[in-house]
Amino acid sequence: MTASDAGASGVRPAAVSARGWGWRHAGRSAPAVRGLDLDIAPGERVLLLGPSGAGKSTLLHALAGVLGDEGDDADETGSLLIDGVVPRGQRGRSGLMQQDPETQVVLSRLGDDVAFGAENLAVPRDEIWRRVHEALDDVGLRSAGGGGLNAGAGAGLNAGGLPLDHPTSALSGGQKQRLALAGILAMRPGLILLDEPTANLDPAGVLEVRDAVGRCLDKTGATLVVVEHRVSVWKDLVDRIVVLQPGSAAGSAASPATSAVLLDGPPDQVLAEARDMLIGAGVWVPGYVPATRRRVSAGSGDLLLAAEDLAVSRERPRRRGFRTIPPVPVQQGITALVRSGQALTVTGPNGAGKSTFALTLAGLLAPVAGKVSAAVELSEGAGIDPFKWKANQLISRIGTVFQEPEHQFVTGRVLDELMFGPRHLGHGEERVDELLERLRLTHLVDANPYTLSGGEKRRLSVATVLAAHPRVLVLDEPTFGQDANTWAELASFLSELLDAGTSVVSVTHDQEFSAVLGGAELRLGPASRGGARQEAGAA
Amino acid sequence: MRDALTLRNNHGLLTRANPLAKFAVVFLITLVLALSIDWVSASVALAAELALFPLAGLTLRLLWQRGWPLILAAALGGWSTAIVAADSGAVLLDVGIWSISEGSLQLGIGFMLRGLAIALPAILLMTCTDPTDLADALAQKARLPHRFVLGTLAAMRLVGLMAEEWQTIGMARRARGVGSQGSPLQRLRATLGQSFGLLVQAIRRASRLAITMEARGFGAGHRTWARESTYSRLDAWVLAGGVLIAAAAVVAAAGMGTWNFVWR
Repeated sequence: MTASDAGASGVRPAAVSARGWGWRHAGRSAPAVRGLDLDIAPGERVLLLGPSGAGKSTLLHALAGVLGDEGDDADETGSLLIDGVVPRGQRGRSGLMQQDPETQVVLSRLGDDVAFGAENLAVPRDEIWRRVHEALDDVGLRSAGGGGLNAGAGAGLNAGGLPLDHPTSALSGGQKQRLALAGILAMRPGLILLDEPTANLDPAGVLEVRDAVGRCLDKTGATLVVVEHRVSVWKDLVDRIVVLQPGSAAGSAASPATSAVLLDGPPDQVLAEARDMLIGAGVWVPGYVPATRRRVSAGSGDLLLAAEDLAVSRERPRRRGFRTIPPVPVQQGITALVRSGQALTVTGPNGAGKSTFALTLAGLLAPVAGKVSAAVELSEGAGIDPFKWKANQLISRIGTVFQEPEHQFVTGRVLDELMFGPRHLGHGEERVDELLERLRLTHLVDANPYTLSGGEKRRLSVATVLAAHPRVLVLDEPTFGQDANTWAELASFLSELLDAGTSVVSVTHDQEFSAVLGGAELRLGPASRGGARQEAGAA
Repeated sequence: MRDALTLRNNHGLLTRANPLAKFAVVFLITLVLALSIDWVSASVALAAELALFPLAGLTLRLLWQRGWPLILAAALGGWSTAIVAADSGAVLLDVGIWSISEGSLQLGIGFMLRGLAIALPAILLMTCTDPTDLADALAQKARLPHRFVLGTLAAMRLVGLMAEEWQTIGMARRARGVGSQGSPLQRLRATLGQSFGLLVQAIRRASRLAITMEARGFGAGHRTWARESTYSRLDAWVLAGGVLIAAAAVVAAAGMGTWNFVWR
């Protein structure tokens, strides 16, 4: 297929060509990308790999034409072209999907959101709605079959699909990403750019999005560039893997000839040639589970915390006029036991209330019904109900690591961040050095927490909570979007903590992670109602 | 945030009217009621507005749920006016420095009714107008710059997310030992810290959303509209209804001789 050949779908696949291309962000001394030479033929599907800091996102943003708003301070070298023209100023030639599903949705109604890109490209109204229906069909969010319908409000519910005025806020993460893909497809781009599109999704959502991308590429023949840690998800869909190395390593004074491209070739060949290097760089290579520490003790099994017939919700009771209305629980009838030295894994589909349950168990949300009670061994005189504990009492008993590390940063320096808990408690500062060392943060003590990489932020958030020495540790999706190295470190570290008598409760979809920790599983059902039981798994 | 303002699945007749027509009516009624403080014009307008409720998909119950702060404020305003206004006519109640006379009571009731009559159209407008429709009308009919209108619309969606984020950050900080207990100064510092955390997240989200919008071609010159904002016969009726309510209020007050311009 040549660049001028527009398929039946009206899409003309794009060619990408980079010659000595480099980019330095405003305010940074080192370039994010340096000396990139790369040619991508129309219709090719490329998986972009490399350690964090290799400038993968920078390249995708440049191709999407959204780099360059930083002012004069940013610096571009060489050339980066789509079909021989600079990407900026060719709006709609490429479409970009980012990681965070919440920010991939622009408007509040399903059909409007898909239409948004096409509207901006000044596509005529009838054609827009034709494209909206087609795109929603293609990504599996079926809408009305016929095109040319005006106004979303007119189209009712259709066979198994969602109405065009369906609120986008009611979609799951995987649905939001598929919606974003539909919005991209409605622009008829020749180049589809995916920046870790499935890093924030559960396993079902990952496959949903991957399969939708595959179907759309088969249909349109568009060129694909995808950045993703989990190679196995995309390996069979791409026909080429390109491995980048950091801009600081490429083309440096010491070796000016080195290109930003470290390896380039068919997936199987690259994976065979560079398996060890990729594993070293934390890439999730298919068929490889990182080595982790084995549990050596089964734990004392002393009861620390119990949830009885618990109903949970994030909403607080609402005041309607003079009345108080309790919230509708997302999940109820949960009974679970947390024991010393043993892990408890909370699983279940999206929207089952797993995180909400974990937050309630951790004393951060008030139960809607039922109760959470701390055993005397854990409460040590602080009272039976963790929700009523003071913040200081809580952190030395139950530590909670949130899914987004940045939510928990309270200072502007890594060391202060770690000292924060011990200083408030008045003891435990001596543990900080050990934690710094153990979680490889020693070289970062003076850095601002917000500037760390994803893996570093995750390690820091775990370290800060552990600095207060809690007996129970609650983690919400601790392995989401983490590279294999961080994953292995985290799993090994937690298995050590468990052996030392800490109890670990984790909300996770990651079966390999639960296997390392062992212990029991609490499976929450899909909807509200229906109790959840705790099963003793292989310890 | 948005859910608190608009009704989900509202199929009232007025939801189909053009937001600009509804805006014009609310403006007209507010303007007329602001001209005089008397109980007749306010009562007439209020009665007409209450009669229009079903058309906006609103019930008294929903009104109380959504508008009770405004309603309480209006009642309180009326009560205090009745107490502090200069006495005229027979004194009805006298408790030390506070006294309510026939004249001041009339003024107070007029004040309260007026407050309600001005507040209700605004509540009506919000419950039966979808923000997306409003944005379409503002950009296509009122010719406001689409960059500004659509940018605001997209940002409004984030406001709802920010409310959730505020709660999450509050919990995340409690899990770090930042309590909401302590002296007022400590609590103020905790709130400031939480606000900073929210600000960082808001900026991150906003810049990612801006990239998403830019990558979808937003901001480039000419654009088309998938949803056309149109005026229909309904809008003519809405305008006529608005003029009728305003006129009825003025005529009734003038007829009863209660109309008094506020500046006299």
